[in-house]
Amino acid sequence: MAKKKDLFTKDTKLAELVAGDRRLLQLLPRFGIELGFGDRSVEEVCRMNKVSADLFLILCEIYTDSGYKPDPNELKRIDMNGLLPYLKASHQYYLDERFPHLEEHLQRIIKACGPKYGPMLSHFYDEYKREVMRHIKFYEEEVAFPYIEALLKGQHTDSYRIDEFEHNHTNIQDVLDDMMNILLKYLPGDILPKERVEISLDIMELSDDLNRHSVIEDHILIPYVESLENALS
Amino acid sequence: MRNRVIICEASEIIANGLAEIIDSMAQFDVVARLDNPEHVSEKILTTDANILIVNPTLLGFQSKDFLTQLEKEHDNLIIIALVASYLDHTMLAPYHGIIEINDTRAKVIGKMNEVAQNETSKKTDDVELSKREIDVLVAVAKGMMNKEIADMMNISIHTVISHRKNITRKTGIKSVSGLTVYAMLNNLIDENDLIH
Repeated sequence: MAKKKDLFTKDTKLAELVAGDRRLLQLLPRFGIELGFGDRSVEEVCRMNKVSADLFLILCEIYTDSGYKPDPNELKRIDMNGLLPYLKASHQYYLDERFPHLEEHLQRIIKACGPKYGPMLSHFYDEYKREVMRHIKFYEEEVAFPYIEALLKGQHTDSYRIDEFEHNHTNIQDVLDDMMNILLKYLPGDILPKERVEISLDIMELSDDLNRHSVIEDHILIPYVESLENALS
Repeated sequence: MRNRVIICEASEIIANGLAEIIDSMAQFDVVARLDNPEHVSEKILTTDANILIVNPTLLGFQSKDFLTQLEKEHDNLIIIALVASYLDHTMLAPYHGIIEINDTRAKVIGKMNEVAQNETSKKTDDVELSKREIDVLVAVAKGMMNKEIADMMNISIHTVISHRKNITRKTGIKSVSGLTVYAMLNNLIDENDLIH
């Protein structure tokens, strides 16, 4: 396949890279890359923080180009040690920062809705939160990730296979989109309009982030784990 | 929205080659490959596909009836002809697009994008829910399963699913919990209707 010219390489300065697309900033803490990187190149900063520069660049590519799908052959040559810690850090960020932030906004809207719509919205959000928690905490942190960590240590169990993972994670984004539609299109117009614009901008950003996150899980994590499974069976 | 594609083609070489090109596109996933059209309709339902690429020669002389039937069963299904030999243009008329096996990769990609875009823009026209759709929406919001709704309304499960797809397309809401909120906001149900 014709490969388009890379927008950035290992020699690009990290500062230039994040200036080019602000979304890339959120990748830094998830990789454990410290600020204060000065004018160092991507490769230097990655080496200092013990992160694979190839993996870092592929994830940057996913965040800057919505149509990007990583090339499976290229992935085989890449050091994946940093992938699991990255995904865990992302989950932590969603649970500890993004969702509580959303909730804060939403609680004010729920309160302003009064007894007619308030309880119903509150119920909708609670159900959604349970789903997110169940998915991230139980499913990924307690089932899938320990399984992958065991694989990495060379232990292969038949209790679970990574192809079960795929079918379980579109719902979180769907409900998030639903929430935005309800807030923008269907809730009566006079209930906290400013707050609703704010929260909708946050939801769009989070939804975009989660979208890229699933691309990483579907197109990097799953093929990687499948290759581990095949190597052990 | 991501497009979900089914390829129905007898030649494995052609089907796999086409699948490779389509899978390389970000907004398209090939969800199934069939070598004959026998179970196409079920496959569309189980995979929730919105695009069918089919070699017209597989459909034989009944092709027109077959396509009309498919369109009736699956709202908004895009059907593309995969043409490997000379076919009369009247035979190709019912299709939304045509891919020829000599097309370059770029041309296939261009055609797929064009067809998908045309169809999505067409869809935005009608947004009002029909009477039947409202009945289904209320039932879904109350927590009923597709089978129960089908029995209650005396329609097939296929029809229930097709109503649900239209409800989602028109309201922009996909989840059951979201539809419940929508129904309450529009005074179609109230709290007492909910099964907890």
